[in-house]
Amino acid sequence: MGKNLFQKVWDNHVVGRLDSGQYQVFMALHLIHEVTSPQAFGMLKDKKLTVAYPRRTFATVDHIIPTDTQTRPLADDMAEQMIQVLSDATAEHGIEFFAPESGSQGIVHVVGPELGLTQPGMTICCGDSHTSTHGAFGCIALGIGTSQVRDVLASQTLAMDPLKVRRIRVEGKLSTGVTAKDVTLHIIRTLGVNGGVGYAYEYAGSAIAAMTMEERMTVCNMSIEGGARCGYVNPDEVTFAYLKGRERVPTGAAFDALVEKWRGYASDSDATFDDEVVISAADIEPTVTWGITPGQAIAIDESTPDPETAADGDLVRDALRYMQIEAGTPIKGVRIDVAFIGSCTNGRLSDFQAVAKVLAGKKVASQVRAIAVPGSEKVDKAARELGLNKVFEDAGFEWRKPGCSMCLAMNPDKLVGDEVCASSSNRNFIGRQGSSTGRTILMSPIMVAAAAIKGQVADAREVFEL
Amino acid sequence: MTGKPLTRVGGKAAYVAGNDIDTDRIIPARFLKCVTFDELGPALFFDERFDPAGKSKGHVLDKPEHKGASILISDNNFGCGSSREHAPQAIQKFGIDAVIAGSFAEIFHGNCTTLGIPCVVMEKAQRKALAELIAKDPEADVVIDIEGLKVTCANQTFDITMKDSAREAFLAASYDPLDILLRSMDAVNVTARRLGYA
Repeated sequence: MGKNLFQKVWDNHVVGRLDSGQYQVFMALHLIHEVTSPQAFGMLKDKKLTVAYPRRTFATVDHIIPTDTQTRPLADDMAEQMIQVLSDATAEHGIEFFAPESGSQGIVHVVGPELGLTQPGMTICCGDSHTSTHGAFGCIALGIGTSQVRDVLASQTLAMDPLKVRRIRVEGKLSTGVTAKDVTLHIIRTLGVNGGVGYAYEYAGSAIAAMTMEERMTVCNMSIEGGARCGYVNPDEVTFAYLKGRERVPTGAAFDALVEKWRGYASDSDATFDDEVVISAADIEPTVTWGITPGQAIAIDESTPDPETAADGDLVRDALRYMQIEAGTPIKGVRIDVAFIGSCTNGRLSDFQAVAKVLAGKKVASQVRAIAVPGSEKVDKAARELGLNKVFEDAGFEWRKPGCSMCLAMNPDKLVGDEVCASSSNRNFIGRQGSSTGRTILMSPIMVAAAAIKGQVADAREVFEL
Repeated sequence: MTGKPLTRVGGKAAYVAGNDIDTDRIIPARFLKCVTFDELGPALFFDERFDPAGKSKGHVLDKPEHKGASILISDNNFGCGSSREHAPQAIQKFGIDAVIAGSFAEIFHGNCTTLGIPCVVMEKAQRKALAELIAKDPEADVVIDIEGLKVTCANQTFDITMKDSAREAFLAASYDPLDILLRSMDAVNVTARRLGYA
């Protein structure tokens, strides 16, 4: 009987079974950043331990770094301290650190793939839940907590239970104006925010196969918002073409040999799954959240639910109250104050290219504060070479330096008061974007652009005549 | 770092109601700017407990009768959101020793287990009954029996379930796996060589 990718990669990396019944699993790649690693290095020091595999460990700063100016020392003392601790620890342990202005700094889940560090068949971990992004390459990519970061630093392994695998087949062709972001929001809305608990998600089907690597990363990125532990796409020719020539990928005969190995990781045609869901691509519309969880989402031409009839009436009522939207209101037309394009979900070159294509000649509405934040120094450089930054700036966006920015506001990019933000990020929880009364509406990059121009949630297909 | 086996946890309880209570609510992102976890306790549920001026909003955790509560009760999908350990750390530093909920987000559950915070599942009707009991008597001792998978309070008994591997880890005192992982470094290195990483 054939195996699915999760089983193949799991079996390949298991070191042994622990007395507790959990498995000890080798981590092929460990990515670290400044929020979840300082305490782990402190724990190592307390126990007089060293890093077992420094050459399989790579660091960057993304969460706390400002996006307007990144000169050191940073204005925020604690942010400066966090970067310094990471800088000192990586130097001490011989870990490569993609520091600000090194040319390689950026959001950790943008940096790994663009450098070619993320490769098919790997187990990858990072102290950040959107590590699932790397699954787009055919990896088991897991978000972990700081104590587990400590475990991986010390032993390059994790104690884990295996996961069940649900295959989600998205079949058919996406309609015009429907993007990878809409696919992932649609999946979460359909299966629920805890639908995936205990599962790894295999994203498959013709619509997924037709996606570029950056689109696949967007889909895998939000696996966690659907409750899944991780999500992946089987590696294929699209994957190999993306990786060919990347900085950290071997070349020539070595590359060809790697490709044959990578091909073998894809789920076998007779692989079995614990569950399967089929979604028709034609059913997916541009999707936006209306509430305070990523699962509280509707199509752009729908209205907010009615707590009297909705399944989780109390949750719906609380969410509507917080968002200051009435029940049964069309989501199109909700006023916005801030527009944010960026994040590990949608901060890659193709995201900015897609928006620049439709933005030319248009202007951000006067009441809207709009920022575009490239996901990495490399994305920034490539975007500038194409003149994208000028297109955004001419339209009224601020073009910023790389970082997580307004996704989670651990840096100066925050909402003020009860501002509403049209955002290409991944979470709309209460307070997520830095204000305890701030309101987030998640959507795709072109939908953020449409909202920025109209000053309200809008249908990008209408605004840009797609 | 294997401690003592944890077979039961007891203390006063407080019920923080609501499904999908996420890690950003448990510990707002601005408190994640730190290099140790030591200061996180007072910031637990900060924006739910204090208004922008710092005035108390009368949250259940701040009610005088719930002072010193060490057992947290909540509803479904508790701890959804981030994998960052700051949320369980804030819960632990605040003084909570265990959580009873309808269900838990997976990464959060794993982080709590590593820290030695048992997360046990109690279904809705029993949870509501327990919540009513402690509303009537906030001082009542709530005892979670990890071995027997029961919760007792004021002579009433409630059923709980727990993820098998977590339960076994608490009973065997192996919930923090670092020492166990380090004992196999020879096998780890063999795996690394086989995979081409050494």
